[in-house]
Amino acid sequence: MSDQALNTVGKSELRRDGLSHVTGKTQYVDDIQFPDMLYLKMVRSPLHHARILGIDFSEAEKVPGFVRAFTYKDVPKNLYTILCLIGVGPDEEPVLAEKEVLYKGEQIAAVVAQSEEAAIEAAARVKVDLEELPAVFDVEEALKPGAPILKPWGTNYFVYEGHHCRRVRYGNIEQGFAQADYIVEGCYEPKPIEHAPLETTGCIAKPEANGRITVYTNTQALYFSMDNTALILNVPFNKLHFVGGTVGGGFGGKVDVIVEPIAALAAMHTGHPVKYLYTREEEFHVSSTRVAYRIYFKDGVSKDGHIVARQVTSYADSGAYNRHTPYAVTKHAANISGPYDIPNVHIDAHCVYTNRVPTSAMRGFGVTSASFATELQIDKIARKLGMDPFEIRLINAYRNGDMRPYQKVVGDATLVEVIQAAAGMAHHPLSERFQAMNSWDRANSPARPEPVSAEKRS
Amino acid sequence: MAKLKGTGISSVNYPTGMNLGGDPTQALIHMTTTGTFVISLASCDLGQGLKTVLAQIGAETLGVPFENVLIDTGDTDTGPHCMGTFASRTTHRAGNAIIMAAQEARKTMLEIAADELEARPEDMETDGQGFVRVKGSPDRKIHLVNLALAGHFKYGKTVAGRGIFFKPNLGIDPETGKMDPDSTEAHACVMAEVEVDTETGEVKVLKLQSVYEIGRQVNPKLVEGQIKGGSVMGLGHALYESTEPYYPSPEHRPGGFFEYILPLAPDVPEMEIRVLEYPSADGPYGVKGFGEMTANAPIPAIVNAINNALGTEISTHPVTPEIVLQALDAKQSKS
Amino acid sequence: MASKIVTFTLNGRETEVMVKPLTTLAKALREKLGFTATKCGCYEGNCGSCTVIVNGEPVLSCILPVEEVEGQNVLTLEGITPAEGLHPLQQAFHENFAIQCGFCSPGMLMVSKALLDKNPHPTQAEVAEAISGNLCRCTGYDPIIAAVLQVAAGSNGNQGGSHE
Repeated sequence: MSDQALNTVGKSELRRDGLSHVTGKTQYVDDIQFPDMLYLKMVRSPLHHARILGIDFSEAEKVPGFVRAFTYKDVPKNLYTILCLIGVGPDEEPVLAEKEVLYKGEQIAAVVAQSEEAAIEAAARVKVDLEELPAVFDVEEALKPGAPILKPWGTNYFVYEGHHCRRVRYGNIEQGFAQADYIVEGCYEPKPIEHAPLETTGCIAKPEANGRITVYTNTQALYFSMDNTALILNVPFNKLHFVGGTVGGGFGGKVDVIVEPIAALAAMHTGHPVKYLYTREEEFHVSSTRVAYRIYFKDGVSKDGHIVARQVTSYADSGAYNRHTPYAVTKHAANISGPYDIPNVHIDAHCVYTNRVPTSAMRGFGVTSASFATELQIDKIARKLGMDPFEIRLINAYRNGDMRPYQKVVGDATLVEVIQAAAGMAHHPLSERFQAMNSWDRANSPARPEPVSAEKRS
Repeated sequence: MAKLKGTGISSVNYPTGMNLGGDPTQALIHMTTTGTFVISLASCDLGQGLKTVLAQIGAETLGVPFENVLIDTGDTDTGPHCMGTFASRTTHRAGNAIIMAAQEARKTMLEIAADELEARPEDMETDGQGFVRVKGSPDRKIHLVNLALAGHFKYGKTVAGRGIFFKPNLGIDPETGKMDPDSTEAHACVMAEVEVDTETGEVKVLKLQSVYEIGRQVNPKLVEGQIKGGSVMGLGHALYESTEPYYPSPEHRPGGFFEYILPLAPDVPEMEIRVLEYPSADGPYGVKGFGEMTANAPIPAIVNAINNALGTEISTHPVTPEIVLQALDAKQSKS
Repeated sequence: MASKIVTFTLNGRETEVMVKPLTTLAKALREKLGFTATKCGCYEGNCGSCTVIVNGEPVLSCILPVEEVEGQNVLTLEGITPAEGLHPLQQAFHENFAIQCGFCSPGMLMVSKALLDKNPHPTQAEVAEAISGNLCRCTGYDPIIAAVLQVAAGSNGNQGGSHE
């Protein structure tokens, strides 16, 4: 379609929620109040790895306003894994810890009280008898013999269809290295990061007269959270009603399903609305983070700057449980070759369990780490060869019609064009050879399309 | 000791969507007798503005003004299934579902208009201003309100449509990793200019220049908002942010904003942005998902600029003053 | 400890609230009085979302005991929103897309108003400094600074506001 034919697409229409945002009338979870609402606070593990010997609620029960406490025995299907909805398994994370805790801050018991203050006080008075166990924090240490084993299947890695890692195999890596003039190695280590949305994760679960539970939540995925909650509570899906869609910042931090199942359970058992909203400290100490990685590169490079072989061994720190990290590692494995055409690729990407707070989805899921590593590595190659950083990227940039290492034909490549435009913006001179390149210049490329001109539109 | 300047670049791709069990999202559209179209969804607006861009996509396909389209989302009792807002997927997935639903609703809308205007449905067109008219005869037209009332009270017709985005899940070959995990790819090239104080180890990002190619911009100001916001988030990731500063040691976790450093307003560098548009064949109006990648590309550009300034081989982030000083020490002991 | 009544002027109106000692102004506004435009992103004085104006000064309402505002003049976002239309800062935030998730917006608006009331023509650096105690994770601050500068450029020094 021609641009002139478009009426509203391409126009900077003002935000639909702008007026309610600037007047403060937008309603977030923390703005919702019910007169008979109860508050939920969590009893958490103070240790990184421990056996639970006993829990004593007797002092907590004496706090004025205490209503009741919940342990794993109250959760109908206590073991779950978020991605079970798309066939990822086995279930391995408890809603509330059973015999063991695997990370500092892990949920052990929930306390519900008539005021937030009473809930905090009662949770603090719960005595948990723990026997400390050896813990492991380093992804490579966790895979060595003798490391404390954290999973019932006997290893500290996620099993990808019988393999200890997500594999990508393309071309012939040994031949690739044999053809190379140089070998360039590197190790890249992006650290874990907190999403830090201004609104903390939380929900209010409210029992309705018809027996259903309405959950007001700031999840990024309403059905995903609802379906997981129904499975954990062992109730029909239509007993639950999730309301949200307005989120005070997400960045991937609000796609775990942590607060809704336990708040809904407490609402069902008490008959009152129950609020479970993370404090800022909980958001930092126990909510999932971005995955930390250790990524080893070995690239074979020809004298003219082509990367002819890439071998990557990558270790993702999943923390104590899966959350979304097994899938992040798959996405990481697919993208660790970067937007470059490399004929021989060998990737082993491991999803490793440690005694750390679980990691999960965050903006850029699996690709942030890949982009970081590939872009530092290609600069390292450029330094070794004495090449210009724009030119080495243009030499290696994938084109339409190329094959990705995961065996998908490149169809929407425009890397050459963004690099050329960036060089222009920076007044960085490119020789004629590099200016003449385009993303459709391979023999098997499709025809080059006309770009839309944003400048033409108002 | 000196303040050294450096420049660095990154060029990156970002895939739209995931291969999660078909990655489906539905949209339902119906026209009320007020002449308003309601698009029912269960997608979540995290601040990126999807309630706005999805109304634009719906209005465009229906051929009606932006103001005549309401987005009704955030309720599982009334909104059909959406996988969720993540993986830079929602404008692409929900947008495609809305186009499908809007085409069905538009067909009935034009049939009713044709009956009212005594013409053939194929001769009908929308003017984008709230009227349906006969092609070539701009005076023979009917307003959306009158059309909606006629459809309901005179012809007994619903003006409605159903749409879904679905991408068959072909699985992953465990031996080779052969897979089809995404729909389209957006691209970016980001250039960073930094100044490093070799005495304190502090880094200041002076400038971020960004070129993005994102298929088509539905709303250029919202696109710019993602790029600026992502640039500053990426700056924070590159220089300040970690929950475990001495990773893999699990101690010293920050417990609040007083310990976890986010970029603040005075840290914002000069930003220059250019957006290219090569519409994608599978995106709604050519859209590619790009919301997440705006925080990816700045990180390696900034770290490359620091290495360029210092002649170091820093290979982690955040690049705190401590990391800078350690890298300078390592460089000195080498030489 | 016994509850007590605190009396203050809220958005131009005499207001009484019965609170337990050490209840914060933010909790009193949000939970006792129903004024939820004021947001709390941390409840510990570190994010700026809860900023309100007390006697012309921006303060963090989430760490201020409400007893401290006895007899004082408190202005929240509800108080600068005119009966019709928007305050110039609200208009500028809307038009400049200086909002994304909206959670920091009330605090950003109040701290910006406090700035412009004292310094109607700030430089870019002065705006950045004035909002440097307010976190925004979405916008990268740049559109917020642009919005405040746009209001300053069009102002004659009087920022209006319906309940000063």
